[in-house]
Amino acid sequence: MTSKLLSETSEWTFDLILRYEKEIARIAANFGLDTYPNQIEIITSEQMMDAYSSVGMPVGYKHWSFGKHFLNVEQRYKRGQMGLAYEIVINSNPCIAYLMEENTMMMQALVLAHAAYGHNSFFKNNYLFQAWTNADAIIDYMIFAKNYIAECEQRYGEEKVELILDSCHALMNYGVDRYKRPPRLSANEERLRQSEREEYLQSQVNQLWRTIPKKKKDPKHEGENCFPREPQENILYFIEKNAPLLEPWQREIVRIVRKIAQYFYPQRQTQVMNEGWATFWHYTIMNQLYDEGLVSDGFIIEFLQTHTNVVSQPPFDSPHYSGINPYNLGYSMMSDIRRICEAPDDEDHLWFPEIAGSDWKETLDFAMKNFKDESFIAQFLSPRLIREMKLFSVLDDDRKRKLEVSAIHDERGYRRIRRSLANQYNLGNNEPDIQVYNVNIKGDRALTLRHKQDKRKPLHKTVHEMLKHLSRLWGFTVKLETVDTNGRSLNTHECVVKH
Amino acid sequence: MVQVIDRRLNGKNKSAVNRRRFIRRFRNQIKKAVEEAVNERSITDIDSGEKINIPTRDISEPVFRHDTGGERDSVHPGNREFIPGDKFKRPSGSAGKGGKASNSGEGEDDFTFNLSREEFLDLFFEGLALPDLVKTQLATNVEHRKIRAGYTRDGVPTNINVIRSLKGALARRIALRGPYVKRMQEAKQELEDATEENNQDLTLELEDEIRHLKKRISAIPFIDSFDLHYNNRIKIPRPTAQAVMFCIMDVSGSMDEARKDIAKRFFIMLYLFLTRSYERIEVVYIRHHTTAKEVDEDEFFHSRETGGTVVSSALELMHEIIRERYPSNDWNIYAAQASDGDNWNDDSPKCRALLTEKILPLLQYYAYVEITPDEHQRLWHEFQTVKETNRNFAIKRIDEPADIYPVFRKLFRKKVA
Repeated sequence: MTSKLLSETSEWTFDLILRYEKEIARIAANFGLDTYPNQIEIITSEQMMDAYSSVGMPVGYKHWSFGKHFLNVEQRYKRGQMGLAYEIVINSNPCIAYLMEENTMMMQALVLAHAAYGHNSFFKNNYLFQAWTNADAIIDYMIFAKNYIAECEQRYGEEKVELILDSCHALMNYGVDRYKRPPRLSANEERLRQSEREEYLQSQVNQLWRTIPKKKKDPKHEGENCFPREPQENILYFIEKNAPLLEPWQREIVRIVRKIAQYFYPQRQTQVMNEGWATFWHYTIMNQLYDEGLVSDGFIIEFLQTHTNVVSQPPFDSPHYSGINPYNLGYSMMSDIRRICEAPDDEDHLWFPEIAGSDWKETLDFAMKNFKDESFIAQFLSPRLIREMKLFSVLDDDRKRKLEVSAIHDERGYRRIRRSLANQYNLGNNEPDIQVYNVNIKGDRALTLRHKQDKRKPLHKTVHEMLKHLSRLWGFTVKLETVDTNGRSLNTHECVVKH
Repeated sequence: MVQVIDRRLNGKNKSAVNRRRFIRRFRNQIKKAVEEAVNERSITDIDSGEKINIPTRDISEPVFRHDTGGERDSVHPGNREFIPGDKFKRPSGSAGKGGKASNSGEGEDDFTFNLSREEFLDLFFEGLALPDLVKTQLATNVEHRKIRAGYTRDGVPTNINVIRSLKGALARRIALRGPYVKRMQEAKQELEDATEENNQDLTLELEDEIRHLKKRISAIPFIDSFDLHYNNRIKIPRPTAQAVMFCIMDVSGSMDEARKDIAKRFFIMLYLFLTRSYERIEVVYIRHHTTAKEVDEDEFFHSRETGGTVVSSALELMHEIIRERYPSNDWNIYAAQASDGDNWNDDSPKCRALLTEKILPLLQYYAYVEITPDEHQRLWHEFQTVKETNRNFAIKRIDEPADIYPVFRKLFRKKVA
């Protein structure tokens, strides 16, 4: 009998990578995975560290914070405190996946299955990515951003550009549209329209400030002249369009940071799903390779060991515990959905009447396409998985002296745990809700932000630094007012700018 | 459709620019860390790179976020014994099991990274310079150096460049032979044709021509004097790039280990500083009590002696060594002397005379450090007067190890013109 094994040793070659890729592609297609074309790049570990510190993008503008990140990664890697990730994959078309040269053949195959097919199909099909990111244009846009910022550095000096970038980075999480969908622009249009936009934006801003009234009214009586009409969640967008003193090139930089923030926003919202999906598929594909006799026992054992490490979840009282492992949670939920489809029990019929007994490939595909972490957990976390993971929730109320266990994995607790865990992945809950509330256009042009306090969670003292950054961009006094859920003002921070 | 690209040969230092920017941006904090590192550890380590710690809060990138407090519900895995309603004490610190694990880098841990040797020394000696007068002297102290500068047509036989000459010869041979070879090929063809046609006259004529051509070809010389190329060398002036550093230390009984250690650190710092300006540095160690002796490094720092102190003995020895081995137009000469200030009283004026008249005119710079917390003695006062009349002489006092670096900085601070 001739052996069908693709490889005998753990050494990889370019030829072998192509052979494995072909088999994995075939299996993935059989399972119905829909992907962008793949571009696989072999890199060294040093290059991996570079890729790390530029948030995984192959091109990026220059900023000290990336250098800081790099030093940190380098130091920890050299001391052996961390291993490098096995893979980095970029949401682009073609989808770029990095393989490290140090990896064994098994690892290369694992990364191919995980990144080039798992993540890749997620990027292509999940609704958030479809709506908010443009995979065709991102690399071009990054090149545009890099060149533009380099040009600004030459023209206006590194320091000035750095100050703007510092402030923009600080506000990056408030540079995304959470509800509204951004207009799609290709990189080419971006370049073409850039100079045009500069002039236009500047003229708009000037219009706004020309309406300085002759008489000074009581600023409390704002009424219909209130600006902005409605609170704005996208602070960077508001600044780009309305900050009175920014130069056109500074507006463009605000825009670049905002665009990049928006591009990464879906990844921040789908960590559990994305990793769970990719992990589920590498597990399924690798096992299929083994079932077909294409890989050896040694290969699959090496794989299982790595896989087990990836999805390990230490319990809360372990010294290694650092929160819930998104790989584990995502993978367990994906596998659990397959189980509910293939072998549902009574409980599953009760909890998931629509999907129990349905086709698992279709159901998983549906789940992957139409959810984000928060809704995915709220929809699909099953009582059985809660029991398996022995999840429990703890209520921490600073008015009480003690913490209280609010729910455990029992009949009364399932729903509460599910809701609580889903909330934990709601970015809107984790970040303070801060919006642009008002600009005193008739007086000192002070910008007022409003922080809606949720469950009495206070702002961290970084707020002072943050207001400095904001006033650097805004150019005038910036206030931040904290209000409770009833709209009652609790306290105000202020950063005064004198002219 | 898949594409595999080997990127391994692409540069790996894509982050170098960002790293440099980070260091520039936090120059002040890093410099402070460098100074602290210097005071804490043995200076002999300086020559390698340095691990640098700066507080995380100095370099943090702020974002809006929640502080602890308020009301929050969090989910954790691995419940063993809890039932709903169980209460337990709030773990101290925010990162206990109550809080979410990644309260994003709130800790006051230091941010640690490595500076390369170059970066470290740059920061370490930032703002320091060799005194001005040294520079003028440097510029006049030119020596010549011969460097290769292409080829020349004439020269001595030892300088013949064989490859270049033979290349020339080959080219010449090909060029000169060309017309003959071409004609010969034609003639041969014609000869063949003529033989076929049985044209006797033409055949003879052509055979003749071919013979003639062969002779002409073989007459072209294999190598001609015309082909010869010689390596060319030209002299260029360059400033002296060598320096000698004299380390003079008092090893009489009053210099204990702690003081010697301070002296050693000072010497090493000077040495490192000089390595940044000069390609080659020699170090001469002179130790003295009542008599002076030139010794090697190990003996200089480690062996113990007792006895009185006669500083002039060391100065005399130094002068002698300079005269014999380090002519001052070839060498930049630096001297550093460490002492506890003890000297035999009558000797101090002699030292002053020696320095001002004989030694200082030969030297670039002379630094005297007195390692003592006590009152100054006569030597110090004599040296003070030397300092007043000589720009290339400096004295400073060091009380404890922490003073070394500040004193060093004072001695070599860049003078604003």
